[in-house]
Amino acid sequence: MPEENEILDEHLSGEYKYGFVSNIESEKAPIGLSEDTIRFISQKKNEPEWMLEWRLKAFRHWLTMKEPTHWPHLTYPNIDFQQIYYYAAPKQKPQYNSLDEVDPELLRTFEKLGISLDEQKRLSGIAVDAVIDSVSVKTTFREKLSEMGIIFCSFSEAVREYPDLVKQYLGSVVPPADNFYAALNSAVFSDGSFCYIPKGVRCPMELSTYFRINEANTGQFERTLLIADEGAYVSYLEGCTAPMRDENQLHAAVVELVALKDAEIKYSTVQNWYPGNKEGKGGIYNFVTKRGICLGDYSKISWTQVETGSAVTWKYPSCILKGNYSIGEFYSVAVTNNYQQADTGTKMIHIGKNTKSTIVSKGISAGFSNNSYRGLVAIQKGAENARNYTQCDSLLMSDKCGAHTFPYIEVKNKTAKVEHEATTSKIGEDQLFYCNQRGINNEKAIALIVNGYCKEVLNQLPMEFAVEAQKLLEVSLEGSVG
Amino acid sequence: MLEIRNLKASVEEKEILKGINLKINAGEVHAIMGPNGSGKSTLSSVLAGRDGYEVTEGEVDFLQKNLLELSPEDRAREGLFLAFQYPIEIPGVSNINFLKTALNEIRTYKGLEAISAKDFLALVKEKSQLVELDSKLANRSVNEGFSGGEKKRNEIFQLAMLNPKLAILDETDSGLDIDALRIVANGVNKLRSKDRSFIIITHYQRLLDYIVPDFVHVLYNGKIVKSGTKELALELEEKGYDWIKAETV
Repeated sequence: MPEENEILDEHLSGEYKYGFVSNIESEKAPIGLSEDTIRFISQKKNEPEWMLEWRLKAFRHWLTMKEPTHWPHLTYPNIDFQQIYYYAAPKQKPQYNSLDEVDPELLRTFEKLGISLDEQKRLSGIAVDAVIDSVSVKTTFREKLSEMGIIFCSFSEAVREYPDLVKQYLGSVVPPADNFYAALNSAVFSDGSFCYIPKGVRCPMELSTYFRINEANTGQFERTLLIADEGAYVSYLEGCTAPMRDENQLHAAVVELVALKDAEIKYSTVQNWYPGNKEGKGGIYNFVTKRGICLGDYSKISWTQVETGSAVTWKYPSCILKGNYSIGEFYSVAVTNNYQQADTGTKMIHIGKNTKSTIVSKGISAGFSNNSYRGLVAIQKGAENARNYTQCDSLLMSDKCGAHTFPYIEVKNKTAKVEHEATTSKIGEDQLFYCNQRGINNEKAIALIVNGYCKEVLNQLPMEFAVEAQKLLEVSLEGSVG
Repeated sequence: MLEIRNLKASVEEKEILKGINLKINAGEVHAIMGPNGSGKSTLSSVLAGRDGYEVTEGEVDFLQKNLLELSPEDRAREGLFLAFQYPIEIPGVSNINFLKTALNEIRTYKGLEAISAKDFLALVKEKSQLVELDSKLANRSVNEGFSGGEKKRNEIFQLAMLNPKLAILDETDSGLDIDALRIVANGVNKLRSKDRSFIIITHYQRLLDYIVPDFVHVLYNGKIVKSGTKELALELEEKGYDWIKAETV
């Protein structure tokens, strides 16, 4: 059937849809990493002395650490950390009163991404802290949020304007010495988002940040710190696309969440970074440390992620359940296609009494890819009546791909109840034929079946994000059944 | 409507259909009966375009088109519907969503606009009554956790929704108790019209008490060895298949 083949070819040769490069001039730090690089970054950002010291301390510790290469189920060439630019900022540093003053090239980039600020401003009711490369360019809805006492700004601004909050919480969940990439991030982090929701305030809109890696050979080192004070609620969205590149790009972000008594944080991610081409060349290395702490009683942290991008992913959004009756949740869809590799999962550390955690992980592997779930459920001695439920499903789309599960369970309290369920299935020819027989072609059928498979996770996403995620799943798996 | 000429087909190099000839006009109901392994289900799979069935000889015309050249989804869009002997489960995909996707794919193929949510719901309401399908089932995942009878009723519900020109019922009566059988048959009877034809594949005559066919064919060893009217089914019921086997040797 020639027509069908044409469609298939079109899908198979489909290039990464967000692989454009915008021509904004940028200012770079010299290539490589040394104390001088860190001083350069700190100076560029007009940081106070304590921040520089904090970075340098992390850097000195990083020098003593080794890159983790043996335990993740990943293979990639060694990274030369001296061949990376650690800082790049758009040259025209924006301090605008209106969008008219913004570099038109930058606005066009936003439009290509479908997140034009004026549209966001006008229509969506979402405050966007858009990050191009490393510097926050424009923050919207700030006034409206500040009326409620909510702080939502770039990390650099927070360092200058809210040093006490930053000092109190920075590194409190992910200490600089936590792991190799967290230490690296602590030394060279360029920018990111800071958010504080005061006592008893329910943030009235979804807070959202779009990340974008834009400069060839620029490592992106985002730092996010989100604090929900007693009784506060916030839903935070993080979504990313990146232009295509031949060289591998390193991304090592750190996200820290702090939930005080009765607070709730919902953190949703849709990740669509350049995964490399069909032969596995290029693509982003995504080595992220994301962790939240339920510090107060009855607090709750919920991670939801839909991961379709990156050549190599190393990522375990985790919860430390310190407060009594606190709740941790992790809902994840991880898709790998072609030669992508993902080693991802979560850690649920139960410390407080009557703490509860839920893990729902859905892996989808296609092409020649490898998809691993790695999760730890730790019930500590004092965690009376802790509960965990883990469900870990893998869906295989070809017979050349791999799905792996590495669950770790450590229980030090006899009253704990830990459940683990796992399934592996292959997308069925019978299912596809059934759809065909009802007039639905293979591409649509796969989208339907995969969306059904991921439903539990997609249901956790805010509405507009869920729609985006669904489309992303379809695009990521086009032409992948074999 | 449908004309099959000297159709031969193999599965894994083994010839199963050995020259089928069959002509079906609009509005006719044809029953195809036969013992196990005679090729009944192979015939329905070949007509629907299932993978793994190789047509080695013959032609099939469906509404003036060469059916065998069409992809399975285009056969469905042209108006060929197969009610599965073993309906497939699709976890997490609601029946409604599945049917809406299917219906809109068919409409797009015909150059029609997508159906509005309001019209679609009205259609669901109307057609689910036809097979007394619980409205809860419409919202559940496709066939997941359905009983045998519910699955078969769901097939007829889909038939009603998609409004095909030719419907093939592949052993729809298998696994049904007498009440479910009656409901399914009533549904099918209401869907009979001068524009729609049916092929009813069945092992037993029981179903044909409720859905009275215009013609009955006996398939044996990959060929139609006997054709007649509904009386032939009764004769088969009485005598079994052995006398046919004896006749054809």
